[in-house]
Amino acid sequence: MDEHGEQPDVRGGLNPKLQGGDDQALQQGHPNHPKAMRVQALLMAFPALLGAIAAEYATPFWPFAILGPVALILAVLVIFLPHRRYAARGHALSDDRLRVVRGLLFRSDTVVPFGRVQHIDVAQGPLERFFGIATLTVHTAGNHNASVALPGLGELLAREMRETIRAHIRRETV
Amino acid sequence: MNEPQRTAPISVLLGAIGAIRSAILPAFAIAFSGIGGGDRIWVALGVGLAAAAIGTLINYVGWRRLTYTIGESDIRVESGVMSRTARSVPFERIQDVSIEAKPLPRLFGLVAVKFETGAGGGEDLALQYLSAAEGERLRQLVRQRRDDEAAAAPADPHTRAAIPADETGDVLYALTPGRLLTFGLFEFSLAVFAVLGGLLQYADNVIDLDIGNVDVWRDWLEEQGSTVASLGPYIQAAAAVAGLFGLIAVGMVTGVVRTVLRDWGFTLTRSSRGFRRQRGLLTRTDVVMPVHRVQGLVIGTGLLRYRFGWHGLSFVSLAQDAESESHEVAPFAKMAEIAPIVAAAGFRLPDDRTAWHRASKRHRNDRTFRDAAIFGVLTIVTAIMAPTGLFLIPLGAAVLSVGVNLYAWEFRRHAIDAAQVYASHGFLSPTQMIATRMKLHSVEIVQNPLARLRGYATVHLGLAGGQFAMQGVSLDEARALRAAVIETIAGTDYSRLDQAPENQAFSGAQSGLSSNFLAT
Repeated sequence: MDEHGEQPDVRGGLNPKLQGGDDQALQQGHPNHPKAMRVQALLMAFPALLGAIAAEYATPFWPFAILGPVALILAVLVIFLPHRRYAARGHALSDDRLRVVRGLLFRSDTVVPFGRVQHIDVAQGPLERFFGIATLTVHTAGNHNASVALPGLGELLAREMRETIRAHIRRETV
Repeated sequence: MNEPQRTAPISVLLGAIGAIRSAILPAFAIAFSGIGGGDRIWVALGVGLAAAAIGTLINYVGWRRLTYTIGESDIRVESGVMSRTARSVPFERIQDVSIEAKPLPRLFGLVAVKFETGAGGGEDLALQYLSAAEGERLRQLVRQRRDDEAAAAPADPHTRAAIPADETGDVLYALTPGRLLTFGLFEFSLAVFAVLGGLLQYADNVIDLDIGNVDVWRDWLEEQGSTVASLGPYIQAAAAVAGLFGLIAVGMVTGVVRTVLRDWGFTLTRSSRGFRRQRGLLTRTDVVMPVHRVQGLVIGTGLLRYRFGWHGLSFVSLAQDAESESHEVAPFAKMAEIAPIVAAAGFRLPDDRTAWHRASKRHRNDRTFRDAAIFGVLTIVTAIMAPTGLFLIPLGAAVLSVGVNLYAWEFRRHAIDAAQVYASHGFLSPTQMIATRMKLHSVEIVQNPLARLRGYATVHLGLAGGQFAMQGVSLDEARALRAAVIETIAGTDYSRLDQAPENQAFSGAQSGLSSNFLAT
């Protein structure tokens, strides 16, 4: 990762919790990623909360019988989960491969060699644009892992990584 | 040669027959539905005729407006009535030409010709219908042009070496009628009852007779039931046995008929271009699979046929043509017959030197425990709720599941060698998969919470056109496996895969690596 060293602001540091057994040291995503996930969770939680309030008024149970548990679950989803998920994610870009690690309960650890990348997407939703992050997606010809998405990268870093992968592909093909 | 040509004129007739066929059902529906009172037969006839006439007209105009041109370097098809489309496919992009003869066109000596480009989304160029001779001529022409281009470009020595002398290659595998009959018996199927059920349902909708009405059936059953009850117990038992045999006979006949229809005259030949498969009694298909597009092999079998040593071989090929055509190359063969086909595809069957690894014992124990626990809970529930003695059934199932899981573990194994990866699973009918390390696309290690606790994982290998997974691999082993596979695939770019030398060439370069792996 030396060649990206001049822009330390767009990436997170090494992820010390995730160095599981493999040669490649894992990088954490952009620090804004958990914030974006939290806002997204908040947006998703809102309709659920409204529904719970409506159900609370409509049903004859004692106070907070519905609203209480729902609010508790939503609070966990919004407050705790984004950071945990962020901490469980990691990626590593080496000379010839990309490694993506994700998942809190169901862990998955994917390696895609550049030589098998069909095409590369860098996508930004409105929320991601606000937080200055982007999602890098690499597509392969395999049925399993036809596309491997790596969200929560700094915008600049995502483009940089795309260029790195693309340069590698061009070098191989020419 | 270079002027635009039309497809065979009889195509219009065939299209018209198709239009009439699709007009029949609505016509029937109207005739039996009650629209238009007493004159509805005439309404139905009118609607049917109008639909057929319109269909024929559209077919005719479409035929008039579709032309194809064989150019110097491409094949062009112009079509469309109102909005014209012109599509050009360069010869070098045409992977191959497949020819299909459905029963009706076959009567007129016509075939549908499909130019497979390997483009995604089923956007292949197709011409229907051409005369069989014209189809064969086009196929030859496309191959010839491709070879010319390959010869003109010296950068591609691989294809130049493969200039076909003629199309008759060695026959690798053929199904004789006798073999076909045996195969059909193993293809036992009760699908005919499903079809009958579907027909009844359909008749129920169209005809006024209310088949879904319970009373009709109850009356019938009571009538029959009283007849049966009047017979003695021995005759009843005999009737039940006879019924069972009848069922088996129907299943076998269905199997044989279906198999004969599908696989009559099954011939697999190896030509310089690749594998060529011809099969079918009524719908005759002729498919060519280039060797370099074979990504992996699946050797499957069935519960019963496995006991007699029968297996089926199919290729895993690129995703886009997997949907419509199966790549069965030897549906019913002994391993000794499969071996030469495997060798011809550039693969190697596992042998004594293949170092098989079993799934981790923890994986086995967890699975066994999980399945037994499910039945265990059921046992407790039935012991409490149900009449005494009934709990023995889930208890027996629990014991059985333990045995099955322990036995199945013997069959869940994987291996890796210098050029290939292997996986096999299934204890009643083991399925074996073989893939070239070179042609894999990604490696993923997946763990659920329990697997993380117990230190094993599932390894998913990205295979174009198929799935490849190894279950219950211990984590260290999974990582070593991934490292070895990635090392192989990172070495060669995707665009060079087709020209990659034969597997054997890699053995030298990779043997150090794999011995490293085997040492772990």
